[in-house]
Amino acid sequence: MAKLNMVQAINLALREEMQRDKDVVILGEDVGRDGGVFRVTEGLLDIFGQERVIDTPLAESGIVGVSIGMAARGLKPIAEVQFMGFIYPALDQISSHAARLRSRSRGRYTCPLVVRTPYGAGIKAPEHHSESTEALFCHMPGIKVALPSTPYTAKGLLISAIRDPDPVIFLESARLYRLIKEEVPEGEYTIPLGKARMAREGKDVTVISWGAMLHRCLQATEGMSADVIDLMTLNPFDEEMIYSSVKKTGRVVIVHEAAKTCGLGAEISASIAEEAMLYLKGPVTRVTAYDAVLPLPKLEDYYMPTVERIKRGIEEALKY
Amino acid sequence: MTDGIDKETLFRLFETMLRIRLFEDRVVRLYPGQEMKCPVHLCIGQEAIAAGVCLHLKKEDYIFSTHRSHGHCIAKGMGLRPLAAELYGRSTGCSRGRGGSMHLTDPENGIPGTTAIVGGCIPIAVGAALSAQMKRNGRIAVAFFGDGAVEEGTFHEGLNYASLRRLPVIFVCENNFYATNSPQKARQPEVNIADRAAGYGMPGVAGDGNDVMFVHDSCREAVERARSGGGPTLLEFRTYRWKAHVGPDSDIAAGCRPAAEYEEWVRRCPLELCGQRLIKEKALTEDDIDRLTGSIEAEIDDAVEFAMNSPFPQQSEILDHVY
Repeated sequence: MAKLNMVQAINLALREEMQRDKDVVILGEDVGRDGGVFRVTEGLLDIFGQERVIDTPLAESGIVGVSIGMAARGLKPIAEVQFMGFIYPALDQISSHAARLRSRSRGRYTCPLVVRTPYGAGIKAPEHHSESTEALFCHMPGIKVALPSTPYTAKGLLISAIRDPDPVIFLESARLYRLIKEEVPEGEYTIPLGKARMAREGKDVTVISWGAMLHRCLQATEGMSADVIDLMTLNPFDEEMIYSSVKKTGRVVIVHEAAKTCGLGAEISASIAEEAMLYLKGPVTRVTAYDAVLPLPKLEDYYMPTVERIKRGIEEALKY
Repeated sequence: MTDGIDKETLFRLFETMLRIRLFEDRVVRLYPGQEMKCPVHLCIGQEAIAAGVCLHLKKEDYIFSTHRSHGHCIAKGMGLRPLAAELYGRSTGCSRGRGGSMHLTDPENGIPGTTAIVGGCIPIAVGAALSAQMKRNGRIAVAFFGDGAVEEGTFHEGLNYASLRRLPVIFVCENNFYATNSPQKARQPEVNIADRAAGYGMPGVAGDGNDVMFVHDSCREAVERARSGGGPTLLEFRTYRWKAHVGPDSDIAAGCRPAAEYEEWVRRCPLELCGQRLIKEKALTEDDIDRLTGSIEAEIDDAVEFAMNSPFPQQSEILDHVY
């Protein structure tokens, strides 16, 4: 089995799904001839041609809006936005249209659309090139949000996202793109949307994270007895796994590289309070980025939660 | 000499272009040192537009620009020290080491801020122009953007409103024919960008963006129109970037753009065109150019040294200036 990085795993998922289903098409700025900013779609133009790997004008609202029309009329578009910080012109299309097509038509239309975009810090590019605003999309009823942390899960999750009848925002950590390699099988396998993964099992504390931060959580919990949950789908998230872990450990630490206020940690924390409060031995701890615009370049190291900060958060939760 | 351009003006244009070129050439040499921890989008080859437009502007006029903004900021009066320090992420940088190359800010020189959001600056420039109109302070605003921005909705929204209100704003499209690596012909129908001005009821002018005198002359009319209450103008200057979309390297060998196209534009280097003209007119000698180069290089030496000796921002400052 081949060892692939996340770029290669996503590329493989795209290629296999396009081979399997001729309705799957890719569109975005520079996705074809150029293979995308991070070269995720490299080689696909040669295999599938310009009809199915479409270089678009530089217009995010247009890319997503056109994709919605294609999705409503029988195609399965995968739109790429170059960086998460560039997605905002398309928010209107995502929130006002993609998210509501099914509801508005009372189920007569669905919108099988995937919007892929790189997110997150750690590549020394400030502001718009390092955005981590996943919670915005989780707040939109009708939108699913998936965010893999490994090459293997990236492939399986993306295949599920492509086959899903509803719009999925698929967030890819720019920092993780080429950081890790692991065995990724050729051929079909899926990781269902809405299910999390227990990346480490223990009994003293539940650490919940996703994407690039998951790996720091694994480092921070080395030698501890901790459940480390890789959430993978952020909306709808796997409540069952979270509550059953919380009921076992009684202590929770949520780690994300998005800003703290109204980050997804807030929603998870509130859900735990609603469903499992009597099992808690202490307050839910959040280790997050700061409520500030992502700065450059030294300050970026302080901005993202470090292994040390995560450890301190876990110690606090354990001490209570 | 071209109508309306005296030798002194031409010399000033040349000097500004040379300052931009030499600064960015230095970035090219220093970047592999891995200490400039931010992406850089270089405007080498496109200097005439920044120089030709900004020479008409007063310190208090506003410019808005893009990820490829070093030239605009230098031409508008930003010092090389704060610019170099920003590229190195130091607290003495023009954005205090937080923004890097793509987010340059210099309120004292009429630079509210540059960003990488393509087309993002267009409505903001319109707003600055509306403010100037309402306050009757005589200022004008310039939005610099590339050919890609014409595809964004903000272009339409900005030009529509600017024309409706006859605002003192100039839309300067630097058409370098590529959005990242996508050629203009693959993204837009073959209509001159400047011709779109007609759809908004404003004048549009297209021409050679490597001819600094053409840029200067056509912008002078636009500035006069803006200052006299005549409303906005769309200027399309055709040019070419010599380096890759991002970074200090060439992208020609990688096949991103045709070598013949690149060579054709390099033969039409804006500095060469202007320098040769000055020499032919006996307004400048090769020795003068060498001396000027030497003094700008010394200024860059100083700026880089200043940057390297400046401190990084502290962790304790991370929440400063959020509110």
